[in-house]
Amino acid sequence: MSSITGEDVTIGHDDAHGHDDHDHKPEGFLARWVFTTNHKDIGTLYLVFALLMFFIGGSMAMVIRAELFMPGLQLVEPDFFNQMTTMHALIMVFGAVMPAWVGFANWMIPLMVGAPDMALPRMNNWSFWILPFAFTMLLSTLFMDSGGPAAGWTLYPPLSLQTGDSFAFVVFSVHMMGISSIMGAINIIATILNMRAPGMTLLRMPLFVWTWLITAYLLIAVMPVLAGAVTMLLTDHFFGTSFFNAAGGGDPVMFQHIFWFFGHPEVYIMILPAFGVVSEILPTFSRKPLFGYAAMVYATASIAFLSFIVWAHHMFTVGMPLEGELFFMYATMLIAVPTGVKVFNWVSTMWKGSMTFETPMLFAIGFVVLFTIGGLSGLMLAITASDLQYHDTYFVVAHFHYVLVPGAVFTLMAGAYYWLPKWSGNMYSERWGKIHFWLSTISVNVLFFPQHYLGLAGMPRRIPDYAPQFADFNMWSSLGGFAFGASQLIFVGVVIHCVFFSKVKATARVWEGAKGLEWTVPSPAPHHTFTHPPTVTASMVAHGEDH
Amino acid sequence: MKKQNTFIVGLAVLVAVCVAFWLLLVAPMYTGNEINMTRGVSSLAATHYDLHMIILWICVVIGILVFTAMFISIVLHRKSRGHEAAQFSHSTKAEIAWTVIPVLILIAMAIPATKALVEMESPSGTEMTVKVIGFQWKWKYEYLEDDIEFVSTLASDSNAARQLGSGIDPTTVDNYLLAVDKPLVLPVGRKIKFLITADDVIHAWWVPAFGWKRDAVPGFINEAWVKIDEPGTYRGQCAELCGKDHGFMPIVVEAVSQEDYDAWVQTQTAAGVAAAEDAERTWDFEELMDRGESVYASQCATCHQPDGEGLGEAFPALAGSEVATGPLNEHIRVVLEGREGTAMQGFGELLTPSDIAAALTYTRNAFGNGTGDLIQPSDIAGINKG
Ligand code: HEM
Ligand SMILES: [Cu+2]
Ligand SMILES: [Cu+2]
Repeated sequence: MSSITGEDVTIGHDDAHGHDDHDHKPEGFLARWVFTTNHKDIGTLYLVFALLMFFIGGSMAMVIRAELFMPGLQLVEPDFFNQMTTMHALIMVFGAVMPAWVGFANWMIPLMVGAPDMALPRMNNWSFWILPFAFTMLLSTLFMDSGGPAAGWTLYPPLSLQTGDSFAFVVFSVHMMGISSIMGAINIIATILNMRAPGMTLLRMPLFVWTWLITAYLLIAVMPVLAGAVTMLLTDHFFGTSFFNAAGGGDPVMFQHIFWFFGHPEVYIMILPAFGVVSEILPTFSRKPLFGYAAMVYATASIAFLSFIVWAHHMFTVGMPLEGELFFMYATMLIAVPTGVKVFNWVSTMWKGSMTFETPMLFAIGFVVLFTIGGLSGLMLAITASDLQYHDTYFVVAHFHYVLVPGAVFTLMAGAYYWLPKWSGNMYSERWGKIHFWLSTISVNVLFFPQHYLGLAGMPRRIPDYAPQFADFNMWSSLGGFAFGASQLIFVGVVIHCVFFSKVKATARVWEGAKGLEWTVPSPAPHHTFTHPPTVTASMVAHGEDH
Repeated sequence: MKKQNTFIVGLAVLVAVCVAFWLLLVAPMYTGNEINMTRGVSSLAATHYDLHMIILWICVVIGILVFTAMFISIVLHRKSRGHEAAQFSHSTKAEIAWTVIPVLILIAMAIPATKALVEMESPSGTEMTVKVIGFQWKWKYEYLEDDIEFVSTLASDSNAARQLGSGIDPTTVDNYLLAVDKPLVLPVGRKIKFLITADDVIHAWWVPAFGWKRDAVPGFINEAWVKIDEPGTYRGQCAELCGKDHGFMPIVVEAVSQEDYDAWVQTQTAAGVAAAEDAERTWDFEELMDRGESVYASQCATCHQPDGEGLGEAFPALAGSEVATGPLNEHIRVVLEGREGTAMQGFGELLTPSDIAAALTYTRNAFGNGTGDLIQPSDIAGINKG
């Protein structure tokens, strides 16, 4: 095969590529989308599905913010309000953010490591197609007599055991999501470890690949734990066991330990791929290698390790012995160190670069600033004694939304704008992309920043109504929420325009400063790429020379 | 020339970042809204407040440094200004520095954080004990030394206003959602121990002025303590999602001087004697229906609804229900013991026999149930003991 000579060459491809009509795409809708084993099509399916879930979960958030717009109950009964908060979180976590990252992994990992497809393409098809069934089942509970789950996404017993018969559907849908995630993770690990092109050594892999490799291990480690926890809930509810029932010799707090042993790594499952995407985008638009590549890899690995030994920081008020509380406080504080390394390295990547501010870069910068705010409030929450005040208030709601919305969701947007030209072959509208960014950034802060004040001033979370002293900031927050929700419609418009109507064709490299294998294939990326592996050298990867 | 340029930009960005932080963290105070944690009225609350402020300011300084560096770079190192990209990709010295310095900062934070926690977890030397029991959706208080116990629920005017579409403006209600029928009365200046638990699901007892919250977990007893410095009324809320009325089970503490507290204990003991007498005598139908109506409104209507029609499968109707019109013994048993795995709690521990008898009489005759049954407090007291 050809060796690598200069910019913009198509490496490691056979002749047929670059022409859509010779792509060997399967004919017909069923064959193309339902029976597909192609990593790009499955990636697209995941992304479209995630976007749909993002809007379903988002409309539930609109219901919540509308009810909280002012004191008094105006729109929904408290029980339905609780169903909305519970479903909103389940849908956003398991239906939007996680599948979106798997979609990115499907599309980009083979392209980034020079593999022709994912290692296990049939399983790949399965792991996607389980999801629509899982979420149909989950959403259907809202229409059942006993209503949807209303005990919060954390499903703490004994409260969650008061859910009616619909609970069985909730548990089974969580099982299905877990199976899907585990299969996706196995596939990603197998692809990364076995299918890298010659020369793509581990320490040459793009950071997105690294962060996903580590995320995939987290998934395999913790999804079975969640499955176990909800199965015990299921048998407690329907088959008379007493795992979590104190009256039967069980322990309701045990559930919380198990849940958060899953739950804390879970938050890193949602954010590590985001770290990866930002580490791709910042170097491109700074036209400068990623700063401290090796440190970034080690920081990611240490965060993943630490994420297993901090779970009880979600349970500081549950009544643990002093020694336990101290251990979990110190361990949690430690996470700030590798997280800090990441933030400093991103800033250093930008430092003395030659920056331009296209939409992906704007979202990435927005991420670094706003995620840092969320990380700092996380550090405050780690301090057990003051967490006895913060816990279960809107301060916590603000914290995790800062790390999840301008954290994970902003990077999803950044990644979508960054790779959309590669996926579709067309350029999106830069002007509308920027409008989307600015509206999102302003509204997301109006939405979530005042929630810090609310929490500190004493407003508990998960309540449908509140004392009038909290009215002003709730109204601000709701207005920000509506604006943020509406701004996301722009994204849909931009994507549809880009894919179907845009007249501006994308080049192979797309971005002046882009490096990495994915930019060596034509845009749109042909249906099959790297059927013959390219040979990779150090100068081809975004972080430059070997370490 | 170039150097100076950088310096001026740096200064300008620093000022801008500081202004941004001021706008976020200080300016909102002038809106007349509370935006920060309370200093509270106990040493624990003050410690937690001070700790919160220390960590907050450390975070603010870190934030200012990071964002200043970043925005200087954004201003200076842009292609449109003709800035050429440098090509460095690491610096061992810098990376060691920003690993080690944060570790030192964290150690500095951990010292006061550890001290505060040790203080919190030292409930020794307490002078009185109050047991707090969370129920869906009310609090029961038991004064272990003074032998007083009562249940505290959302005040009735708040309760009326908080119904969906009540048409009552919450701002016209006294302490909307933060008022109760019977506050917890506590003396100031004494170290009080709380034993916190729950009957049905997990709740959390939280009065911000005391500086902490503690989960109330069924089957477990958690300890916490407070020594209140100043008399006053302190309000809080349940802080752990406990079902549909989680937002409607406030906590009100009336902190009074020792003399006032002693006087209050006297009145409670007298009230206890009166309640015991009530339970012995025979009531007539009208009396039971009157009392029953108010007990139903405060205890039952939130689930079974004021008209007895219930709310879907989870909260069944009482109007025409098999239990409320069926055998009396079964009805009494359900009310006293509750229904496992549902929000129907056992009221045996919550209400006096008179209240239960009244509520039973009411529900068996209201909503068109018309059984004509009349239940006496003595009927209940007998069963409850047996
Ligand atoms: C410096 C890093 C971080 C630290 C020190 C930290 C610390 C904490 C602590 C102590 C809590 C519990 C607060 C309480 O309930 O009282 C918490 C809650 C939470 N954090 Fe973080 N966090 C960090 C980063 C993240 C990231 C990256 C994410 C997700 C992308 C995240 C998502 C969450 C979520 C979802 C919750 C609330 C869970 C719930 O109660 O439903 N955090 N965090
Ligand atoms: Cu956590
Ligand atoms: Cu509650």
